[in-house]
Amino acid sequence: MTRTPTRTGATRPHLAPESLALPVAPHRISGGLFDPRQLVRSLPDAFRKLDPRSMVKSPVMFVVEVGAVLTTILTIATSTLFGWLIVVWLWLTVLFANLAEAVAEGRGKAQADTLRRAKTEAEARLLRPDGKEERVPATSLHVDDVVICEAGDLIPGDGEVIDGIASVDESAITGESAPVIRESGGDRSAVTGGTKVLSDRIVVRITSEPGETFLDRMIALVEGAGRQKTPNEIALTILLASLTIIFLLAVVTLQPMAGYSGQQQSVVVLVALLVCLIPTTIGALLSAIGIAGMDRLVQRNVLAMSGRAVEAAGDVSTLLLDKTGTITLGARQAVDFLPVGGSRREDVAAAAQLASLADETPEGRSIVVLAKEKYDLRGRELTGASVIPFTAETRMSGVDQPDGREIRKGAASAVARWVQRHNGTIPRDTAEVVDEISSTGGTPLVVAERRDGKAQVLGVIHLKDIVKEGLRDRFDDLRAMGIRTIMITGDNPLTAKAIADEAGVDDFLAEAKPEDKMALIRREQEGGKLIAMTGDGTNDAPALAAADVGVAMNTGTPAAKEAGNMVDLDSNPTKLIEIVEIGKQLLITRGALTTFSIANDVAKYFAIIPAMFAAVYPGLGALNIMRLATPESAILSAVIFNALVIIALIPLALRGVRYRPTSASAMLRRNLWIYGLGGIIAPFIGIKLIDLLISHIPGIG
Amino acid sequence: MSPGLTAVLLVAVLVTLLAVVHRPFGDYMAWVYTSEKDLKVERWLYRAVRVNPRSQQGWTIYAASLVAFSIVSVLFLYLLQRLQSFLPWSVGMKPVPPDGAFNTAVSFVTNTNWQWYSGESTMSYLTQMAGLTVQNFLSAAVGMAVAIALVRGFARRKTRELGNFWVDLTRTTLRILLPLSFVAAIILLANGVIQNLADPTTVHTLAGATQHLPGGNVASQEAIKDLGTNGGGPFNANSAHPFENPTGFTNLFEIFLLLVIPFSLPATFGRMVGNLKQGYAILAAMGVIWIGAVVAMYAVEFAHPGAALQAAGGALEGKETRLGVSSSPLFAVSTTLTSTGAVNSMHSSYTALGGGITIFDMVLGEVAPGGTGSGLYGMLILAVVAVFVAGLMVGRTPEYLGKKIGAREMKLVSLYILTTPALVLMGAGLALALSAGRSSILNPGPHGLSEVLYAFTSASNNNGSAFAGLSANTPFYNTALGLAMLFGRFVPMVLVLALAGSLASQKPVPETAGTLRTQSPLFVGMLAGVAIIVAGLTFFPALALGPIAEGLL
Repeated sequence: MTRTPTRTGATRPHLAPESLALPVAPHRISGGLFDPRQLVRSLPDAFRKLDPRSMVKSPVMFVVEVGAVLTTILTIATSTLFGWLIVVWLWLTVLFANLAEAVAEGRGKAQADTLRRAKTEAEARLLRPDGKEERVPATSLHVDDVVICEAGDLIPGDGEVIDGIASVDESAITGESAPVIRESGGDRSAVTGGTKVLSDRIVVRITSEPGETFLDRMIALVEGAGRQKTPNEIALTILLASLTIIFLLAVVTLQPMAGYSGQQQSVVVLVALLVCLIPTTIGALLSAIGIAGMDRLVQRNVLAMSGRAVEAAGDVSTLLLDKTGTITLGARQAVDFLPVGGSRREDVAAAAQLASLADETPEGRSIVVLAKEKYDLRGRELTGASVIPFTAETRMSGVDQPDGREIRKGAASAVARWVQRHNGTIPRDTAEVVDEISSTGGTPLVVAERRDGKAQVLGVIHLKDIVKEGLRDRFDDLRAMGIRTIMITGDNPLTAKAIADEAGVDDFLAEAKPEDKMALIRREQEGGKLIAMTGDGTNDAPALAAADVGVAMNTGTPAAKEAGNMVDLDSNPTKLIEIVEIGKQLLITRGALTTFSIANDVAKYFAIIPAMFAAVYPGLGALNIMRLATPESAILSAVIFNALVIIALIPLALRGVRYRPTSASAMLRRNLWIYGLGGIIAPFIGIKLIDLLISHIPGIG
Repeated sequence: MSPGLTAVLLVAVLVTLLAVVHRPFGDYMAWVYTSEKDLKVERWLYRAVRVNPRSQQGWTIYAASLVAFSIVSVLFLYLLQRLQSFLPWSVGMKPVPPDGAFNTAVSFVTNTNWQWYSGESTMSYLTQMAGLTVQNFLSAAVGMAVAIALVRGFARRKTRELGNFWVDLTRTTLRILLPLSFVAAIILLANGVIQNLADPTTVHTLAGATQHLPGGNVASQEAIKDLGTNGGGPFNANSAHPFENPTGFTNLFEIFLLLVIPFSLPATFGRMVGNLKQGYAILAAMGVIWIGAVVAMYAVEFAHPGAALQAAGGALEGKETRLGVSSSPLFAVSTTLTSTGAVNSMHSSYTALGGGITIFDMVLGEVAPGGTGSGLYGMLILAVVAVFVAGLMVGRTPEYLGKKIGAREMKLVSLYILTTPALVLMGAGLALALSAGRSSILNPGPHGLSEVLYAFTSASNNNGSAFAGLSANTPFYNTALGLAMLFGRFVPMVLVLALAGSLASQKPVPETAGTLRTQSPLFVGMLAGVAIIVAGLTFFPALALGPIAEGLL
């Protein structure tokens, strides 16, 4: 067999998706940019959400809406300018909260529309048991139906390839335009409904009922339809509700106290005080934060099957990372040619390159590239030569040239046997070099030639697992966050240790079988730890299901995707680290805005209490440290600030607070300074500025 | 010695004493609650009431035992007061009226010791000894039992067992409160506190009038009054009375007794959860608030404006001249921060802001250091709130001592922090809205509002001290304050036990670098801040119309 080597793998499946070879993404987590026009676009939705039935889901904002209705009625009865201004700003407070949610949802909706376009009314070519083909609507397909897809066909539903091989365009789902290979058997047999076959023909067995396909679930997820509150969100809602009740009591019981003191307050003022005190800022933004968190995952092409999984990601204390593809590049690469006996380094390189020209494995290609780069050896024509492919039996490959020269490369023992069979010599230092490479975790490939009936070992190729760039820093970050990384590999302990040391992981599991992985997960969980892992094969499914965060690769088998609670559409296992960071950022944003919201109350008291009672107790005027113009302008300023701060914080809620991996203490200190102290100071400034503006309104100032 | 220097020395001596004692005493208490052995007298008691001391209770049984025991205690105390004229040592006392008897029964069983009456003219010696003093021990022991059950909730893993209420009650009484009271009573006795069962002594004054000076088991009652953070004294004047608190030394000693158990329990907590630093963190948060209140109180009492007060070196009105401005504020802050309610001076006569500090001390929820037991569990509840917010800010599902604070835990904690403010605000609001409530007010204006606010704050937080001025012996106040005490004590207790049950059933999460460090000074500061901000925000409007308005007039 003779052929010209090509440098692309277009005609054969990738061993690993291209993304595996990418360096690790920079580690600042942020979402998409916030566009103010989104506010305008989401306005109709915000109005629709004024329906009390949907408001009641957020107890804090529901109280504000009830207060707004109450003040509206009272102000209609006794109309004053001050009353109407309060009414308007109370309604705006509610509207701003709805707007935050609507904007967050809107970003998902845009994505869902793109997905829907893929979900056209496709026709399926159903293969009946009698072998005949029938055209039926895709929506009538059921589990275990078998369909045929050829070049140009849309795959009608989720399924598994049971026969054939095809390149498939999955850009509708992943946004990745490069086609991927789907073939029967193995771990690359899953196809997704809505994707398009580009070449060849496959037979697909359907694995999902209509309406429950991956695409359907994905649309529902990004739209936030049927979004359920996560455990932590529920706990926070309870705390906010109880604070709301406390402030409600404080305000309601203030009236008899005010009456006793001779300064009965109007209901409008009491409602204004209440709205300023209850934690409206976090109450308004809470659901937007949750939706935006999911959205940040979607932007990274990760689909979380539940918000619960995203939260769990923030709590993860152990990451199980597969070596191949996650820690190292997909395949080993040649890094050196080592001569043995009397041969020269260049001879080894030349022979190795010749033996590898027809070898399309990544290892083979890396040998060709290294020889070219280091010794400027160009790929020569193999015309007339016959290629000896690698087989499991011989454990070597090579080339027989027309001039009778035979070159072999392969495992040390296999090549040694070949040389001995041809009465060749094995230089004494061969074993030394081989052992040395093995002891550093590398893989030695021995190169030998047979010329004029005489066989001899020329040298050794040093193949090495290449650890992805930037990983060591990421693992250091993770360690600072209190997350332990464990590398899982099928390599022997020696090799595993060398790579583990180089990558900087905390621990490794060598010669790992699926059951070892399960045992490790169980052991860690028994100690109360939360585990995250990635997987793609069917044999990963039990471990994916057992892990607290199981990220299945989109290229994986249906079983793996079913077992995990997230799917990474890019099939990039390194993304697990980003998922953990997004989970943490979600919680931090909630905590920071809660702190901010409560800290705000201090300034509002200093604005409103003197305004309410300075008339009867002039001494309380001393509390008016902001020197606000009049009681009306003071109360109004506090209400306006309270409403505007919601709008001002929408971008933060959508983007999440800035997050850098660091220790818990450093993170707490930083957030307490910014959102605690900042939350106390900011409203003093804000309310004063608003007061300076509105005190020019006649009747207020 | 200037009064200011005296005050500094008093505080220094007190802090030194507590610092020396708290660790060994805390360790001793931890041993009491974890020991596997029973004393002979305990075994005899368990056999008599048919309790298996080795059996364990889940939170529901623990709470049911506690509530049942408390109901029986209230009934017993009520009947004792109603029937006291027919019983021995009646010293001529008439039966207590129903609303008053209800109020007092609830008051002593809830460790509040709110007294609408003058002890020397209302209660017989038997009622004082077999009723009130017994409850001084038992109500304190009940509080300790709840705190220990919560500590076990943190310490234990994957279990429903929280200990045995009867064992905790018995051990607290027999191994902690009785021996300490005995020693304390001897010391008080040796320094001039009276102890007799004689009929009142009749004396003739210099002006020729005749006075009856009642006696009683004062030293023994005084010891547990302070040690159990009860506060109900045999005399109306309480620790301002020379028979209860004759000298400067007894005054300091009594303050020490108030504080010693609550300030030692954090060490017990640290020991039982296997991490002393966690105990120190709780202690530090309590200490920071206490010392802050002490300093603030001295500042406003010494610096009171006005020529007469300046000449006297501070606000002396309502304070015993024997004790002076230098030692009264220390007592006032300690009694209002420990849910004791004993007084050695009239809080109503403090400067307006000083009076405000006593109210603010109580609305903190009696946590710094709080009542016997109730202080620890109250502070731990606040710690859970602080952990929840701080935990979110470090990006993890909040956890305290390895136990996750989820929706169920937050529900219980939220109800806990809601209960007392609700009782105080609704009670005070109701009293000011109704003429039945307003008619008891002595002073007009903001001071009158403080009187009512103080009464409901004191009752709901189980403090028991009174602001004076308010005529609280009316059916309205006896009933309303009685209910406030009852709900203010037992609703939080049941919630704490439910929380303990929920925590005990969890598997702890191991600590990593990503775990919030709840033993760090940063967290201590945040915990103290949460306590002050939550109480401050809740009560600012009410305080503004009472003490703050008065102080800024």
